[in-house]
Amino acid sequence: MSTTAAEPTGAEPGDKPLVASAVNPPHTGSVATRRLGVAAIVLLALTLLFGLVLSPPEVSQRDAVRLMYLHLPSIAVTYLAFLTTAVGSALYLRKGSVYWDLVAGAAAEIGVLFCSFVLVTGSLWGKPTWGVYWQWDARLTSTTVLFVMYLGYLAVRRLELPPEVRSRRAAVLGIVSFGNVIIVHYSVKWWRGLHQGQTFGADTKMDGLMLFTVFLGLMSFLVLAAWLLIHRFRVSWLAREVEQVGLAQALAERRAETDATGLVGRSR
Amino acid sequence: MTVKDLRIELTSRVVMAQILPFGLLILILFGLAISPDLVVVGDARRPVIEEIAPGLFWLTVLLSALMALGRAFALEADDGNLDALRMAGLDPAGVFLGKALAVTVQLVAVETVLGFGAFVVFGAPVARPGLLAATVLLATVGITLAGTLYAALAAGLRVRDTLVPLLVLPVLAPVLLGATQASRDALFADPGVPGWSWAGLLAVFSLLYLGVGMLAFGPLLEES
Repeated sequence: MSTTAAEPTGAEPGDKPLVASAVNPPHTGSVATRRLGVAAIVLLALTLLFGLVLSPPEVSQRDAVRLMYLHLPSIAVTYLAFLTTAVGSALYLRKGSVYWDLVAGAAAEIGVLFCSFVLVTGSLWGKPTWGVYWQWDARLTSTTVLFVMYLGYLAVRRLELPPEVRSRRAAVLGIVSFGNVIIVHYSVKWWRGLHQGQTFGADTKMDGLMLFTVFLGLMSFLVLAAWLLIHRFRVSWLAREVEQVGLAQALAERRAETDATGLVGRSR
Repeated sequence: MTVKDLRIELTSRVVMAQILPFGLLILILFGLAISPDLVVVGDARRPVIEEIAPGLFWLTVLLSALMALGRAFALEADDGNLDALRMAGLDPAGVFLGKALAVTVQLVAVETVLGFGAFVVFGAPVARPGLLAATVLLATVGITLAGTLYAALAAGLRVRDTLVPLLVLPVLAPVLLGATQASRDALFADPGVPGWSWAGLLAVFSLLYLGVGMLAFGPLLEES
């Protein structure tokens, strides 16, 4: 770890250097992300409109089917986020670039968030459909294990360790966890597969409008996740900068700052 | 490494004197929590406790394993021993295997006694001893390989005692599942449970973690 971290060594982020100054205090917004944020809001509003108003209720599940428009996109985002964590972790171990470590961490947080959406919407859907909030369904069980596993990953990221050591441990965990997802998924599926068939078949036929709404939900969640990821990454980057600057330097700067402003303030 | 850890155990007897009684205690507590009288009507009529004995046994093993793993790294936590190991030029993969093997030996010892205890307390018959032995061995290797890897993540930290269970238990969920199912088959010769296939799953899990652990232990030991 060098103290030259203020100079971005990689190609990213293609943004202004996020260095604190009195004139331009660091923030995490930029023109591109603002546009992305607006796009996310518009898409989410459209998803609401299509999901709640325009799309028809399903024959057997009735209105409960509308939860699907949140549920399926959340699952997609969860898996993508955890995949990003694994890839980011691998690249961090390979290249030692802090960017990838921060990307991995940011993606994991987003994954955990959306995974909780998956579980909540899933059990809300389970109540009217299965009659219970919780069933020892293969996917439900493996998703819950997945959720707890990444809570553990986030706990490791928060350990009080030297940053490099912590990043390296988190990276190992980030990669291994993704492999675990696969093992857990198949073992649980096999376990429940012996007792009962799947609740959903691939042959479940979907109305055109419903399919479109699912697609719309997927788009809006992806954009939302991208927006969150970028901002979370920038926040971690700033947090790391602060850590890097160190107390001594911060104090020195503050002293110089107050001296300067004090003098200027009086002369004004 | 293995010999060293086992020698420490022989002199200190923490595993035998504390972890083993802990496991036995858990078994007894399970017995108290679950009524021994009730009868389940499934394919066969068995007392509840006998029906769920495999699951209870493996849960107890998992909890004991957590303690044994914590102990394995507590041994190295003091005085920067892990740094010393690294400086001694030991291969990280070797350290990993040594640690895992030492825990495996200790855990098998614990399981033998616990198994006997479970046999006495829960009174389950053993229909297929060969499958049971294979399950115990494979599951134990899986638990210790994965456990050693994750325990190393938290080595030398104050939060270790709380962090390791959070990390290890979800990962070991497939092992618990596989071991319980395979043991069910071994005990009751359950026609609906493919015991050897579940044992195969345990073997695959162990092999995976053998590979991952040997690869990953290097980065974990560095500068930790």
